[in-house]
Parts: sequence; C-alpha cells; structure tokens
Amino acid sequence: MADLAIDPRIELNPTLVQGGMTYADVSEKISAITENKPPKQWYYLITISSLMTVMLFGCLGYLVVTGIGVWGNNNPVGWGWDITNFVWWIGIGHAGTLISAVLFLFRQKWRTSINRAAEAMTLFAVACAAIYPLFHTGRPWRAIYWLFPAPNEYLHLWQNFRSPLEWDVFAVSTYGTVSLLFWFTGLIPDLATLRDRATNRVRKVVFGILSLGWRGSASQWRHYELAYLILAGISTPLVLSVHSIVSFDFATSVIPGWHTTIFPPYFVAGAIFSGFAMVVTLMTVARWVYNLQNLITIKHLENMCKVMLATGMIVGFAYGTEFFIAWYSGNAYERFAFLNRAFGPYWWAYWTMLTCNVVSPQLFWFKKFRTTPALMFIIAIFINIGMWFERFVIIATSLHRDFLPASWGYFKPTWVDIGTFAGTIGMFLTLFLLFLRFLPAIAMSEVKGVLHQQIEEGKGNH
Amino acid sequence: MNSIVQINPTRITGKQSTGKQYWRSLNEVAETPEFQQWAQRAFPDGVADGVTVDGASRRSLLKLMAASFGLAGLTACRRPVENILPFSRASEGYIHGKPMHYATVAAFNGSATGLIVECNDGRPTKIEGNPKHPYSLGSTNAFLQASVLGLYDPDRTRQVMRRGGRSNWDEFAAFARGYFTADRLGDGAAFRIISEKVASPSLELVKADLLKKFPAAQWIEYESVNLDAVREGAAMASGQDVEPHFLFDKADVVFSLDCDFLGLDSSSILPVKQYSRRRKVEKPGDDLNRLYSAEANYSITGSMADHRLRVKVGDIGALALALAKELNVSGAELKVVGGASDKSNKFVAALAKDLAAHKGKSIVIAGPRQSAAVHALVFAINAALGNIGQTIVFTKSPRERANSLEQLKQLATDLSAGRVKTVVVLGGNPAYSLPADVGFAEALKKVAVTVALTEDENESWAASEWRLPQSHFLESWGDARALDGTASIQQPMIEPLYGGKSVLEVAAILAGREPASGYEIVRATCASQGSPAEREKIWNLALYDGVIGGSKVATAAVSVDAKKVYTAVSGRVQPAPAGLEAAFYASPGPYDGRYANNAWMQEAPHPLTKVVWDNVALISKKTAAALALVDGDLVKLSKDGRSIETPVQIQPGHADDSISLFLGYGRAACGRVGQGVGHRVEALRTTTSFFSASGVELKKTGETYEIVTTQEHHRMEGRPIVREASVEEYKKEPGLIKEMAESPNGLTMFPYVDYSKGYQWGMAIDLNACVGCNACLVACQSENNIPVVGKDQVQRGREMHWIRLDRYYTGSDEEAQVVTQPMGCQQCENAPCESVCPVAATNHSPEGLNDMAYNRCVGTRYCLNNCPYKVRRFNFLAWNKDVPEVRKLAFNPDVSVRMRGVMEKCTYCVQRIEEHKIAANADGRRTLHDGEIQSACQQVCPAEAIVFGNINDPESRVAKLKQQPRNYEVLGELNIRPRTTYLGRLRNPNPELEKENA
Repeated sequence: MADLAIDPRIELNPTLVQGGMTYADVSEKISAITENKPPKQWYYLITISSLMTVMLFGCLGYLVVTGIGVWGNNNPVGWGWDITNFVWWIGIGHAGTLISAVLFLFRQKWRTSINRAAEAMTLFAVACAAIYPLFHTGRPWRAIYWLFPAPNEYLHLWQNFRSPLEWDVFAVSTYGTVSLLFWFTGLIPDLATLRDRATNRVRKVVFGILSLGWRGSASQWRHYELAYLILAGISTPLVLSVHSIVSFDFATSVIPGWHTTIFPPYFVAGAIFSGFAMVVTLMTVARWVYNLQNLITIKHLENMCKVMLATGMIVGFAYGTEFFIAWYSGNAYERFAFLNRAFGPYWWAYWTMLTCNVVSPQLFWFKKFRTTPALMFIIAIFINIGMWFERFVIIATSLHRDFLPASWGYFKPTWVDIGTFAGTIGMFLTLFLLFLRFLPAIAMSEVKGVLHQQIEEGKGNH
Repeated sequence: MNSIVQINPTRITGKQSTGKQYWRSLNEVAETPEFQQWAQRAFPDGVADGVTVDGASRRSLLKLMAASFGLAGLTACRRPVENILPFSRASEGYIHGKPMHYATVAAFNGSATGLIVECNDGRPTKIEGNPKHPYSLGSTNAFLQASVLGLYDPDRTRQVMRRGGRSNWDEFAAFARGYFTADRLGDGAAFRIISEKVASPSLELVKADLLKKFPAAQWIEYESVNLDAVREGAAMASGQDVEPHFLFDKADVVFSLDCDFLGLDSSSILPVKQYSRRRKVEKPGDDLNRLYSAEANYSITGSMADHRLRVKVGDIGALALALAKELNVSGAELKVVGGASDKSNKFVAALAKDLAAHKGKSIVIAGPRQSAAVHALVFAINAALGNIGQTIVFTKSPRERANSLEQLKQLATDLSAGRVKTVVVLGGNPAYSLPADVGFAEALKKVAVTVALTEDENESWAASEWRLPQSHFLESWGDARALDGTASIQQPMIEPLYGGKSVLEVAAILAGREPASGYEIVRATCASQGSPAEREKIWNLALYDGVIGGSKVATAAVSVDAKKVYTAVSGRVQPAPAGLEAAFYASPGPYDGRYANNAWMQEAPHPLTKVVWDNVALISKKTAAALALVDGDLVKLSKDGRSIETPVQIQPGHADDSISLFLGYGRAACGRVGQGVGHRVEALRTTTSFFSASGVELKKTGETYEIVTTQEHHRMEGRPIVREASVEEYKKEPGLIKEMAESPNGLTMFPYVDYSKGYQWGMAIDLNACVGCNACLVACQSENNIPVVGKDQVQRGREMHWIRLDRYYTGSDEEAQVVTQPMGCQQCENAPCESVCPVAATNHSPEGLNDMAYNRCVGTRYCLNNCPYKVRRFNFLAWNKDVPEVRKLAFNPDVSVRMRGVMEKCTYCVQRIEEHKIAANADGRRTLHDGEIQSACQQVCPAEAIVFGNINDPESRVAKLKQQPRNYEVLGELNIRPRTTYLGRLRNPNPELEKENA
C-alpha cells in the first residue's frame, strides 16, 4: 500500500476520516454493525423489501406460466419495461466498478469508505438486471441454455455471433463474474478481521472459511495488493465495454432513434450518472441509519455530487447532439423519430427525462446542494427516475412509431410490468440490507490505510 | 369395389341367421316399423349412395374413406358410424398424408362460386376458387375462405330438438309426414317458408313441388342485402324479367352510383377481376379505365375511384337525374331535382362529357340501396350511351323472382292478423335479420308450428319449436347456379359432422318427396339434362370440372325505351330530405350476421376503418363537429319509435348528414365467438326504410365505447411508402415512382451471397389492382394456421395476421383519398431481423427466403423490433391452447401450429414451394414452371394483384413485373433488399376535374 499511498502527485484529503477516529475505532465501528442487532429501521426496511421480492417471484412465475402477454409488450413495441429495466439496472451497476477500479487506478483515496458498498450494489444491480434478458424471452426455459454456446446434439448449431444480444450475454456475464471476484478479493482482509473478532462458533467457521486463511502478513499483503491491482485493471475496461455493448443492442439496429453511433459513450456516461445517483441514494440513508458520518463524510458525498454534475452534463450534451444529428442527417425518419420523442404521444416521458437528468443535477453547482444529504438524496432520486425514463424513451418511443405509420402503436404497462419492476427494486434492497447486516459495508483495511497517512502527516488523533 | 362394403341386411337385423338369435330391444323382437327404419339407417344414406353408384364409385369411395378416417377422432361427439373401411387394402391413388382436391360450389346470396377444396385425410382444410367456374376463375373471397372454419365451428347445431328436448330426424320425418299434408294444412294458406335466396336448381324443383302441394303457401326468399331493386329496375326499363351483367373489362369509363361493385354490393370476385384487368399497366403509356364514384360511405369501390363525390344515399337518384339531363339523352321529360352543389355540378358535367366520349364503352351502375326507379333511370342512361349489349348484357331470369320486400310487408300483416299457423325457416336467420316492422321474432311465439333449420343456434333456432341442425355446404349434396346460369354440383367433402341435413333435404321432407336424400335429388335434377346415355358422363364431368357444361343461359336481347322510363320514374326520384339519414350496409366481417360466429371474419379488419370485432356508425367530420361527437361516443339513433345504440366513428371522405350502419352485429343468440359482438342496427330497419332511412334522430348517450382498430395512424407522413402517380405523369416520366426515394448504395458488412442461381423467390404486388378486400388476409389465416386473438388482444396490438392491409388516407379529411397496401414479410436479402437473433432462429435460405425455425426461437422479439415493416408476429400468449377439438380439424397439416413465446411471420407459403419442388423432383427433376406455385394470398386474390415466382427466370411473370418502371421497393433505401416489391399505383384523373382540384 505504501508505494501507492505516498505517491507525491496525489493530493491527500486530510478529512477523509473524521471525528478523531483511531484504527480500533474503525474496526469497532464497522464490525459492530455486523455483530450487533441491527437498528429498528433495518427490520422495517427488510420486511418491505422482502415482501417486494416475493412479489417479484410471483410475477415472474405468472409470466413464465402464461406468456409475455401478461406484460404490455406488443407489436410494434417488442421491448417495453423489460429491457428498460435491464439497461437501467446494468447502468446502476456501473458506479460500483468505476469507484472501485477506475478511482483506485487514479489513486482517488476518497473512494475507500464507499467502494465496498458500491461494489455490492453493482453485484446486486447486475443480479437484478440479469433477470430481464432471461425472463423477457418467450421461452426462458430454452433461452437459459440456448443463449450460451453449450454443447448440443446438433454439431453445427451455434449461437448467432452477429447478434448484439449474444454479445450482451458475454458482456454481462463477464462483468458479473469480474465484479464478484473484485468485491470478494477486497473483502478478504475485512473478513479476517470479523473472524478474529468472532465470539461464536458460527461466525468463526463462516468467516474463517471466507477469509481464506488471511493472516495479514507482509507477503500476503504484497500478493493481495498486486492481485487487487490486476483485478482493478481488468475491471476498468469493463466499465466501458459493458454499457457500450448494451448500447449496441440499439445502435446496430435499423430503427430510427436506435441507429446512432453516439450510443456507446452516451450510454457509459449515463450509466455512471445513474450509478452514482444510486450510490448516493443508498449511502445517504446508510450513513444516517448506522451513524457513519465520520467515515462516509460530506466530502465523499460532495465528490459524488460533482461526478453526477459532470456526467449529467455529458448526458445532456448527448441529448442535444442526437437532435442536432437527426436534423443534420437530413433523414426524414430520423428527424421524425426525435420530434416524436419530444412532441409525440410519449412527450411526457421525454420531458420527465430531460427535467430529471439535465435540469436537476444543475443544482449541484450550489455547494448547499452538494453538502446537504437530504437535498442530494432528493436529487439522486430524481436522477434515478430520469435515467429510467431515458431508457424507456429510447426503447419504447423509438419502437412505437418507426417506418410505416400503419404499424404504429402504443405501449401501456400492465400490473405485472409494474410488479416485476417493483419486485426487482425489492430484491435489490433486500440483498443490500443483508449485505449491510452481515458483511463489513466499509472497507476497514482501506480506511485504515487512509487513516495511516493522516496520522503520518500529523492530522490524525492518535 | 362394391364387395368391400356389401351390405347384407340380414346380418344387421339378425333375421334368417342360423344359430342362437339375440335381440337387442323389444322393438326388434316386435319388428316394428320404427325398428325397421332404424336398422336401415344403421348405414347412413350418403354412405350407401356413394357406394352403390356405379362408375363414379371410386372417387366417392376414396372420399368416403378419407372422410371416415378424418372422423375417426370424432366418434365422441356422434353416434358410431359403421362404415370404417380397412386401410390394409389401400385404394389406388390415395396416399395417406397427401391432400386431395374436389370441385364443389358455394351458393351465396342467390349466386354461386365454384370451388376446389383441399382435403387432408378427409378433412376439408382449404378452399380455392375453381378456375373453370365463370364466377371464380380461380379466385375466391374472404367469406368463402372463412367458410372452412365455419364447418368446424363447435357451436353449430348438433341435434334435432323439439321444444327444447332432444329428438331425432326420424321423429321429425314422422311429424312432417303427418303434418305437412293437405289434411292438416289445407292449401297452405297459413303456411310460410322463409329461406335464403335460392340458387339451386334442385331446390327450385323441390320448392315447386312443395308449392304445388300447398298452392296458397308462401315461400319467401330473403336476403338482408339483395339486388331485388336492380332486377326490378331492369324490368321497368326493359319490360322483361332479366338479370343484368356488367362487363367491367369492356368499359373505359365506369360510374358507380352508390354501388360497391368491387366489394359487397355484387358477386365481387368477377367484377374485381374484370375491373382490375383494366387497371393493369405493362408499360408507360398503356391505357387505364377511369372510375367515378358517388357514394356516402367510403367503400372499396370508392377507394379505387379516380374521382369520388360524397353524396348522401338519398341524393343519388337526383344525381342520376342530373347526369341524365346533362347527357341530354332525351330532353324535356327530365326535371332535375334538388339544388346540387357547385362541386357536384362540375363533377356531373365532366363525367357526362367523359361518358359521352366513350359511348358503348362505359358503364353506369347503381347500388342495391337505390330504388327500382333509380335503377331504371340508370339503365336508360346506359341505353342512351349505347352500353346495352356492349358493356351490359342481360340474361333471362331462369325463373320468376318475387320482390322479397313486398312479400315481407305481406308477411307482417299476415302475422299480426294471426293468419299464419306454420312457419318453416330453411337456413338463414330471419328472426334476427328481418326488418323490425315485420315483428317476426315476437310473432313467431304465437305461431302454432315453427320449424327452423339452421347452421348455428341462432335467434331463429331459439324461437322455434322444431330445431333442426343444418349441414354445411361442404357436408351436403346440392347444386347451385351462378348468376349467368352456369350450374355446378355441390359435392360433399365430409360426412355431416353433426348429422345435419341440407335445406334441400328438409324441403324434400316437407314436400313429401321420395327419396329425400340430397344426392338422389341432385342426381335426378342433373339427369334431366342430356340423353340417358350421356347422363353418366355429364354427371362425372360435372363433378370433375365443377361446372355443368352448357348450362349457361344465353343473353337476351333487351331494348330500353328511355321515354317510357322517364315517365315511369318522374316524380319517383327525389332529393333526400334535410336532416340525418341512416343507410345500411353489409359488413365486410360477419356480412349480415351469418359469419358472426366466424372468428376469422370478426378479426378481419374492416377495409377502410380497420375496426375489428365491432361495427361502428360512420359519419363525416363535419357532421361529427355539428353534433359535437368524437370517435367512440355512444349515440342513440331513433326513427318512428324504433331506436338503436351504436358507437360512432369519423370516416374521412364520408358524406355529410349521413350515417353508415353495418349489419350483422349484436347477435343475441350466437356461438361463443359472435355473442354480443358489436351493436345490432337491424332494429332500425323496416320494410319501408330497408336500405336507408331519412329523418333519423341522433342523441348522445354521454357514454363512450372502446373501438379497437388494427391501424391507429392513417397518414403516410410524407414517406414514400405507397407511391402513386397519374397515368400522364407516368407516361411522361416513367422513372418518377422509383425516384421517390433514394437508392441504397448496396454496401454491406456481411459476406456476399450469390442469389443468381437456382430458384429465387420473389413477389410483386400491383397496387393499381389491389382493392383491399381482405381475401388474402383470410386465405393466409386459413393456409398458415394463424390464430385469432380477440378484441382485447388486438387492442393491445397483438393481432397475428401475417399479411395486413395498410390503408392510408391522402388529401384533406373531407375529400380523403385512400390507398391500400398489402404488407407481409418482404423476405429482405439483407434482413435486419436475421442478424439480431441471438440463437439464429431466423435465417436466409439459398432460395432467398427468410426462414423461421420455430423450434429454435426463444422469443427475444429483437427481430420484431428490428423489422422495419413490423410484419413479424409474436405469440404473446398461448393462442392455440384452448382451441376446441373440432376446430383443430381445420388446421393445415403442412404448417406447424406455433406455441406461445415464438415469433412467426409470412413464409411465402414455403410449404407450397416445397410441395411443388418435391412433385417436380418426382417428375424426373424437371424445373418448376412459372405459376406452378401460388402463395395462398396470390391464389385467392380476385384482382390478381399478387404475383409470386422465381425472379431468376427472366420469363416469369414476377420477373417481368419487376422490370416495369413503376416497380419499387418499400423502404428499399435502408439497403435491406426486400424480395417483395410493389408496382406503383396509377390514377387516371379526368383532366377537367383535376384542374378543379388543383
């Protein structure tokens, strides 16, 4: 760690750990969350979220037994909320990897107290996202293995590698796997801490197995740091590739409004935007519930607000560019597609998107909004909504009116659409609450690394 | 052959047998007449007939065998038939699994269409037109296509019933023998028979027998939409009882006065064929005919017209008068009535000039909603134009025909006076469809003896004492004469599924004719032709060809005394009174209600409004604005104390102050499909306002009603989708249709595929010929086992039709013009759907087909999204899961029935392609010749607008069409290289009127 931490180019933020915390305080504070009974709010939340999860499985069961017809999908809108939700969840997943890997490579020390939770969030978001590509198929019992190049009785029967949906299968599964490894690798020293602090047999055994024999020796640390660095290196291109490939689902098609070269960067920026919004949403609540103000400081939150402001403007710029190019191309179908977005039957979705994604983050120019958790929570919620609508606008409004006016239609969600979406939110929250309850939500070892520097420079309170 | 089914009566009755004798009932022991009869019936008449006939027996036997085979699974719903033949001795020529084709004929509204029916293992599965029949020429229409589904309708009548209890045919026959006698009914003064229009020579003979038996009885032939007025008008004009025939292929100028002769106001197949022949253009500079239309409702004919005038139904007569005056055909006798608009005057002036310039080569035709006086006037105009004998010929009516409306008025008085004691309904559904003032349904309750022979458990069935199951025309022997007199034999394809009898057979029972089997009667009728030596030959040839040679009626010389006509009609042609009028039209879906329980027809979108599963009252935009109505408003229409409720919809191009109402909906007693679908408008119909009612009051109810359409957007948004030009423009600049969109650069990232070898399938659709009649849509549904989804699912945008008819309006809402475009899978060479499927379930065949592997499809719907034409159809739900067992018999065994979760779409009827390729290979690897393979949509098309074939063969029709300068690709600019191309629509406007428009 030392060689990384004492890099002179890095401006160390003296206030990353506040409240005069010591190493022991850090261990105590974070480990205690997993060791003691959780606060009342946790029980309320998990009751609601697990009920929502049950609803998810109910809706999915009904879907599989009855058919896609229980959703609002139709001809011409073959994809509705299903793929909207898929892209939205995948996008949310992006912040985790970005915070963990990219900021790690860029030596952004402020990531330490939020990266663990952000990575967990990534995993859970990917899990939620993965539900949709599978269950949106008409015959999921076939799709579950026909989408993978599994051996079959027909030797020549392969997947279609020209299909972006096939690319998605690989992109998302790779992303999920690497994110899981990265997250777990990061967890090892902290799991060892929990093991060492364990007072009962169950915790001892479970954390003993999970910590993979971690002793904290210098050589272990040396290997560990290297492994972590390599995984960060592997993860970083994935941040760009996953959402680029997801955007190919649309960009490689012929449908006006989909057929756009701007999609890969625009989707990546949007993903980071929505991912940070979700991290802020969760973190502002978690630090309040668990009293983590000293670890997840205002400084952390402010940095995330700045990222949202920047990516929000990239997204806004992309919206403008799309319109300009649609006009500039001289293609009547393109022009219509974009005018139809803003002024067609789905105008309300478009303007909701624009307000939430472009207008609301502008408030982050004001320090007050960047430093007040309640305000940033509200704006982050707006961004979450806006980013959902962005995907809906791209998918549904492009499809509902494409080339031949005779085939135009309209999409209306059913209660199963709503139930499935709400259900994945429930599942996501359930997984996140379980994570908060049973695993160290803040990377203790990394925070101690930061604390170490603060102490070295005399800013700590040892 | 006979030995196989040699019936030994002694074995059945048990008489004279040696050994121990068993008896099955006391009746048997007693050997009562009932038992004797039962024993004879152990072998149903048809079976014995088919076998005992010599000569024709092989065909009959094959058919019976196939029928029995198909029925093997049906034993649960009918009593066992003991005529199963051993398959171990297979018949020559019959290959299990290979379809067989038989000629038959379908009667419809007094006319007939010759058919070739495909039978698979004894089940009729697909209907095609008989090329040898003059009113089919190989084509059919949507109704005939759908009738095969009607055969397998699980809601058909299945049982002879008396007063709600079970009975049987023997009981009915016994009752009939006792009741329909001179002793009981006297001369028949209190006896009424109501049937549909009779086209059958055999039934005419039986009818004559019956009326001889009961001279005072009345047999009313009623149709909801009939051409009685046309015939009456012809009689007024010519002084003879004649049937007019319009030869549209000989006319350069056609003027339709409220006559949807391309749609439901005629036997549309032949007129469409004749008309479209004159719309086909091989090269720039070819002539087209010119069609003018004056009508209230937007009809198919109106949509094809080069000039269309919006006129109330009630004003059509005045318009005809104005035209006659303008043509100056006679002079002073004519008094133009009503103050016509400027637009109308100009229209008439230009039209008159055009007609006068095409003497002997024009047609003026009026529709069934017009009075006999208007028709007489129209014939006089035609006579003045020299069209009689040229473009309009007459034939003598083969028999006397009564005006059914006059008969109904009489019936109404008789019923209310209690003068009617016996009513027999032979087919049709008068309790539903008779005009309201006849009060038939209510009066029926007071009639002592009522008998109804119906195909389904309809209103008339429910109101009758004796309820008899009617056999379907595909199940029964009969015959039918087409409008020109050509007679055909209606031969059954299958034993009656539910033990029904035909109208002919029941009429024979009433007439006391022996034997009463349809087969015997038809044979006897047929035998009356030709010498005894030739009879057998005539019969066999009639069965084989589907037409009886030489049965066509010779044309009659007719002269029209214009002066007499003018005197006769003067004062009888009046302009419409002010206020709202309501006019009644047959529905393109259930027609007059007879197809109400046919799901294919209910889901076939109305050609203009695209409404499914409903009828709506159509009004013009101006009328709607004046009455503050919007689409879906439920209104109450009333006249003379009768009222109906119906939703309204605004129809572009509709005449002001006119409401178009469609018959055949809102059935109270119907099967599971048609029950309560739509709103019944018949309640507003009376014998005096049968086709149109003036002075109708409209009141908003304040409620709204959900109308579901398959098309929600009606304008092309300036896109070059349906391309049209005028004949003159095309002549001057042949490339203009092609140049309406950019040509693609042809570059592709994918490897080059050589499509220059072997068969390469392609299609060309002539938009100039297509009238948008839905025949292709229903034919495709029948051929390809396409499910119906119901109103709710159509509302969600999930209709399954593989070919749809896109209809666009151009021009203003008031004077909108209509273009129609059949749209199915275009089989793109660079198919956007293929590259996106993750499991490669849709791929290109070496012959250029975009194939769908249903088994491989996982249903991501990505292909649907990426299809620029949106012609792919997804099985959102298990549409075929709850299909009734009997309906499954209608499935085409060559096409898989798709499960939920998979995508499907038009395949160019790949099963037909493969079938013919196999046959050609079996013939010694010969090459398929052009036209050998016809897609289902092509085969049915009366306009012959769809041409399919091998585009690699430069001599093929399709390749030649694609060479025309007006051939273009829809969305070809996307570089997807569709194999289906369209021939641009050409209009032939009158330059004089065109100037006005500009």
